[in-house]
Amino acid sequence: MFIDTLLIGISSGAIYSLMALALVLVWRSTRVVNFAQSGQAVLSTYIGYEISVSTHNYWISLPLAILVGAILGSLVDLLFMRLLMGRANSGPIAEIAPVIATLGLLGLIQSFVGLIWGNAFLHYASPLSGKGFSFGTHTIPFSPQNLFIVVASAVVLAIFGAIFKYTDLGLALRASSFQPEIAQLAGVRVSRVRNIGWAFAGSAGAVAGAVITPTSTLSPNSLDLLFVSGFIAAVIGGLDSLVGAVIGGLVLGVGFAFILQYIGGSVTFLVGFIILMAVLLARPRGIFGHKVNRRA
Amino acid sequence: MKSGLEVQDFSVDYGAIRAIRDLSFHIVPGELVAVIGSNGSGKSTLIRALSGLIAPKQGSASWNGISILGKKPEDLVRQGIVHVSEGKSVIPELTVSENLALGGLWRKDKLDVAIATQESLAIFPVLASRLNQRADSLSGGERQMLAIARALISRPQLLLLDEPSLGLAPLIIEQIFVAISHLQNQFGLTVLLVEQNAVSALKIADRGLILNLGELVKAGTPADLIADPELRTAYLGF
Repeated sequence: MFIDTLLIGISSGAIYSLMALALVLVWRSTRVVNFAQSGQAVLSTYIGYEISVSTHNYWISLPLAILVGAILGSLVDLLFMRLLMGRANSGPIAEIAPVIATLGLLGLIQSFVGLIWGNAFLHYASPLSGKGFSFGTHTIPFSPQNLFIVVASAVVLAIFGAIFKYTDLGLALRASSFQPEIAQLAGVRVSRVRNIGWAFAGSAGAVAGAVITPTSTLSPNSLDLLFVSGFIAAVIGGLDSLVGAVIGGLVLGVGFAFILQYIGGSVTFLVGFIILMAVLLARPRGIFGHKVNRRA
Repeated sequence: MKSGLEVQDFSVDYGAIRAIRDLSFHIVPGELVAVIGSNGSGKSTLIRALSGLIAPKQGSASWNGISILGKKPEDLVRQGIVHVSEGKSVIPELTVSENLALGGLWRKDKLDVAIATQESLAIFPVLASRLNQRADSLSGGERQMLAIARALISRPQLLLLDEPSLGLAPLIIEQIFVAISHLQNQFGLTVLLVEQNAVSALKIADRGLILNLGELVKAGTPADLIADPELRTAYLGF
């Protein structure tokens, strides 16, 4: 029972980690919490759904949904955030306008999705079974699709980790988020690099949407709770740290699974917010956040 | 076409204040020119405008006959103009070798990046033993060395140095200025050195420009400037 619960927790935690990663990627480079992220993820999942319906192949739809997520992320930056940040660039409005704008964008995307696909619950089917693995007579609640979620998330996180640590692009991304002016003076094209960061974030959210949706249903708001969990995970991790986002997601996923198993479903979100408040009160910068505000 | 750095009727605002007013000067290739002035003389604003961080209000500036105005810093780096900004401009969260690598990221010729890196480490050998440490573990002097070393990996023709002596002990300042002088002599770099520390700067400079409240007070060789008792007491402070 303990192992079952742990596995389920890791599977949902992996998804929270992806969502948290998407938030952290944008936060680090632009200091904006991108509330539109769940909208972007749901839109790319709908497009993945359409592709899987017309091709009858989940495995074709998955990479295309990820690609769409990346393009969406890049477009949100190019058409929207860059314009806004160029216009509202001083005073208190400069801090808050982009965040409010992402909320507006979230509403815009979700309404658009509702307009096109309606509010019905759609089934984005994966060929992998949603029934738990069986060992003799014992069936655990962990299914092949859950296993795929864990593997896919781990692969995505490992790819991002490797890009950040070992490639020129990763170095440029880190430099641009830590000290944009110095990066610029060293010859890094900071705004282009930032745009790639938005695309990465969009693709991470798209992976989350496309692998989790086959376990339930797809509707314009179906990823909202996931976003909230991802946000809590990101804050626990310090909003600034990629490793923190991953660990925050896993801690939250496993924590939720155990509460669901041993206490009951009605208190899971309550506990989520208690964890969030406890972390914020005890360690406002998060478990992995940096000591000083680099923007100060 | 005039080679070198040509600045004409240059005016730059800092907030609501006109920080540089109708400034004109010319630096020939291979020359090391020190811009001397106290706080608020506009010298940092001048260097930030030349590197594309801020836009001037009027005037022109060109490097080897090509205008450098309206270009972003990252484009000017590709044109051979590299600015080492004030206050040990390194990225503290990155390691020493990552900070160095930043200077060569944009360059296609990776072989020459490797050569330039070795040359920079030969000039500042202390960095070679610290390659895998985070830059925030370095002393102030080492950070300044790292910032200059990173700039060299971009193979600059014109180096814009903003107060490299800021906050450093006299012995370290001496070391860094010897290195800057070496860059001019060995690599033929053109250097615009902005400094409050007039004594150290004029020791290595070919010429000095004295700025006060955004206007050029006097330009001349270090010997000429030092010989003027009025300048010495009012601006040079020795």
